[in-house]
Amino acid sequence: MANSDAPQTAPKSFQEIILRLMSYWASKGCAVLQPYDMEVGAGTFHPATTLRALGDKPWAAAYVQPSRRPTDGRYGENPNRLQHYYQYQVLIKPSPPDLQELYLGSLAAIGIDLELHDIRFVEDDWESPTLGAWGLGWEVWCDGMEVSQFTYFQQVGGHDCKPVAGELTYGLERLAMYVLGIDHVMDMPYNDPSAPIALKYGDVFRQTEQEYSRWNFDVADTDTLLRHFEDAEAECGRILASDDTDDAGRKIIMAHPAYDQCIKASHLFNLLDARGVISVTERQAYIGRVRTLAKACADAFVRTEAGGAQPDEAAA
Amino acid sequence: MPDLLIELFSEEIPARMQARARADLQKLITDGVVDAGLTYAHAGTFSTPRRLVLAIEGLTANSPTLREERKGPRTDAPEKALDGFLRATGLSKDQLEIRDDKKGQVYFATIERPGRPATEIVAEVLEHAIRNFPWPKSMRWGAGSLRWVRPLHSILAILSDEAGATIVPLDVDGITAGDSTRGHRFMAPDAFTVGGFESYARQLKLAKVMLDPAERADTIWHDAQQMAFAKGWEVVEDKGLLSEVAGLVEWPVTLMGQIDDEFLDLPPEVLQTSMKEHQKFFSVKNPKTGRIEGFVTVANRETADHGATILAGNQKVLSARLSDAKFFWENDQRMIKTHGLEGMAAGLDAVTFHNKLGSQGARIRRIESLAREIAPLVGASPDLAAEAARVAKADLRSEMVYEFPELQGVMGRYYAKSASLDDRVADAVRDHYAPLGPSDDVPSEPVSVAVALADKIDTLTGFWAIDEKPTGSKDPFALRRAALGVIRLVLENGLRIKLNTRPSPFSKAAELIGTRDDSFADTNEILSFFHDRLKVFLKDQGIRHDVIDAVLAMPGSDDLTLVVKRAEALSETLKTEDGANLIQGFKRANNILTQAEEKDGVEYSFGADVKFAETPEEKALFAALDAAESQIAPAMEAEDFAAAMAAMASLRSPIDAFFEAVQINTDSEVIRRNRLNLLSRIRQICLSVADLTKIEG
Repeated sequence: MANSDAPQTAPKSFQEIILRLMSYWASKGCAVLQPYDMEVGAGTFHPATTLRALGDKPWAAAYVQPSRRPTDGRYGENPNRLQHYYQYQVLIKPSPPDLQELYLGSLAAIGIDLELHDIRFVEDDWESPTLGAWGLGWEVWCDGMEVSQFTYFQQVGGHDCKPVAGELTYGLERLAMYVLGIDHVMDMPYNDPSAPIALKYGDVFRQTEQEYSRWNFDVADTDTLLRHFEDAEAECGRILASDDTDDAGRKIIMAHPAYDQCIKASHLFNLLDARGVISVTERQAYIGRVRTLAKACADAFVRTEAGGAQPDEAAA
Repeated sequence: MPDLLIELFSEEIPARMQARARADLQKLITDGVVDAGLTYAHAGTFSTPRRLVLAIEGLTANSPTLREERKGPRTDAPEKALDGFLRATGLSKDQLEIRDDKKGQVYFATIERPGRPATEIVAEVLEHAIRNFPWPKSMRWGAGSLRWVRPLHSILAILSDEAGATIVPLDVDGITAGDSTRGHRFMAPDAFTVGGFESYARQLKLAKVMLDPAERADTIWHDAQQMAFAKGWEVVEDKGLLSEVAGLVEWPVTLMGQIDDEFLDLPPEVLQTSMKEHQKFFSVKNPKTGRIEGFVTVANRETADHGATILAGNQKVLSARLSDAKFFWENDQRMIKTHGLEGMAAGLDAVTFHNKLGSQGARIRRIESLAREIAPLVGASPDLAAEAARVAKADLRSEMVYEFPELQGVMGRYYAKSASLDDRVADAVRDHYAPLGPSDDVPSEPVSVAVALADKIDTLTGFWAIDEKPTGSKDPFALRRAALGVIRLVLENGLRIKLNTRPSPFSKAAELIGTRDDSFADTNEILSFFHDRLKVFLKDQGIRHDVIDAVLAMPGSDDLTLVVKRAEALSETLKTEDGANLIQGFKRANNILTQAEEKDGVEYSFGADVKFAETPEEKALFAALDAAESQIAPAMEAEDFAAAMAAMASLRSPIDAFFEAVQINTDSEVIRRNRLNLLSRIRQICLSVADLTKIEG
């Protein structure tokens, strides 16, 4: 099972693990994309996953996605929790029959010796109520630790995924801490520890964790956030209500700009949640509002050429 | 006769679905082959995370040839009738037979349905089973449209006998059945062919796959106990966890580790919850200290270092989780030290309970007032009950419960103790959620009972007030469970609370909620909701529905303890011969009386006098009624309904004798009226415990 083209040496730093994942998935034919330039809660929100999982066009992409979960902020003190962290995301459509083997190869590539560790696929069905998406799969355990999510997408934005995309999500900090044998995330070498200027994760992120934790929990102005939420929601609707055809007669459906507003609304909701101003019942209503946006964006995307509509159909 | 072996090899099947899937596979295949005319001697099923297996012994090789005889038209019938018959049977005219019938000569056809080979039948049945498998959740993958629990990779399907194995000819969406499988994902991933079940199981074992889930569970449990025993420890038994863990591995390797000393002071519930829910570890207890000090984890493989790396990894994950837990525990303790438990609870003002019912904080203030009201009814100190209510949900603001929601209440009790609150208050914090399920223990400490009742009554009243009542199968706020909780709290503690008599707990709760229209609190709406729950509850205890109806028709039916006392007494009496016959006597008396009352337009309710009694039976009945009444009155006073019912049952023979000997209707109006008034005494006595007119039969 060991992957012959993967280096078996132990990586030395957080960034080396990312680089190895990049080159591994590149070698398996994935387009290596860059992070999406907006605040998101998880790599799934990147349009390269959410939207590209729709329609029948084949797709294979891998990327790092900085992700924000305001409620998980711990001022940089908790060894395992961060309000800003990185996910590594792979999406391949249609899911290849050897996706599990490909995935195991990626673990070998980052220095996990599959002959010594206990890798397990433990049931974990994925559902994103905000994206109107769900899939079946597992959380992958390495010696009892969850190192990845492995999901076969069944539905996104209320649309059946046909063909089905296979999604792999690695929680990079946790995985790297395990591979590098680090107990506190802030102690993890970010670059090579023997580099002239060796930086630890804490050197890069402790300051920001403190600042954002305070802002997320205590300072963010809830009225402003709420207003922005409503603005994003309105703008999303406005974009999608526009004519398919512009003034020059070009047919351009603006699924992505609309989806940006959906992403914004989702993140603003997370910030409001961290501020503790959203009640249990209100939560459901907010999630429903974001889902409505996500569905509308998915409806728009499947009418575009990238979304699988035939060119003449898209032009019609 | 050949044996059949089927293996459906897929990506990892969720552990919780495997047992059901084994049964479903067996049923689908055996039912299918039997319907097609095959028989078999024995069937067995197995599963691992990656395979679902059915082995059938002694399957018939072919289904039998069936002959069917069909009667056709008469030989002198028009040509068209014969043509139709030939078309229907698929035969030609010379294949028909002519027989003599009552009305002349008739064509007969003998149609032969040839038997089919088992391979063909199995192929059809298996394909149907795969395409229609009742997984609780199934999925598509790749570009295909087939559904399975996770991607299906291969199908092994062979019929084997002494002569060798035959592959069942089957192709399901591009997956062609064959005679090969694979071993353990990591330890023996190569494919190999099998010739039958025996070689399959043997080769699998060589390929590090233990096929039988029961064998895996036994191995795990045996090894775990051995390891614990060697250290003088004991594994905490958990059958659910054992079967789950057995469903997660093909080759179980049991490993035991020690919990770091720094975590041993955490509450055992925290250790156990964290280990079981997150890691699927068994807890291991040190009987000398009574603490959980170790864990058992089950790996899916052997390694060159005998599991050292795996154990170290698991240990590390556990330590990370427990240091999280410890961090929460210490933060929570700090919070309590500086702000008290009530300080922690203060945060609940910012948490909405329901947008029409205010914040959790507001709800707690209502529960506090309600608990204070209820306390004297249940023998609790109002101040303690109020104090317990104030802090009962404080732990919802704790970091520990945020992380482990299943520990709500349990943590609250620890935190109440940290805050040096009264033990009764601390216990009430833990127990006020109870009972949750029908088998949950019901608290008996009065402070706990007061808060538990207040909590549930506030919930019920609140959702009633905003018209969020349960409908049909929908009960999003678990109001049925809350009502059953109130019922069990009342009954099992023998509480005497009038739910519907103002000032009732419900009218008080409605007042606290500030609902404008609180009429539901004393109309029969909430009460009949309770009565419905009570009926279900009592039916489960073996009390007949008509008995329940008979007692619910009595006054004071909002006093559930009284209702049940009556029901039990009546139920017991009906089981005796006298009791059952008394009902007949009563009904006869009641029918005659009711008819007479309707006819005469009066109510016969007073004035039966023994001096107008004519026959000895009539006089005896007077005496018996006097005697019974003298027993029933004090029994009713003491709510000794069993004694009251026994006294009633003793009336059975005098009543029977009376009806045997006496005609109610006589020429003398005085005597007739006296007899009707006598019947009225029977009715009055018999209706004192329950409305016997509602008893069936």
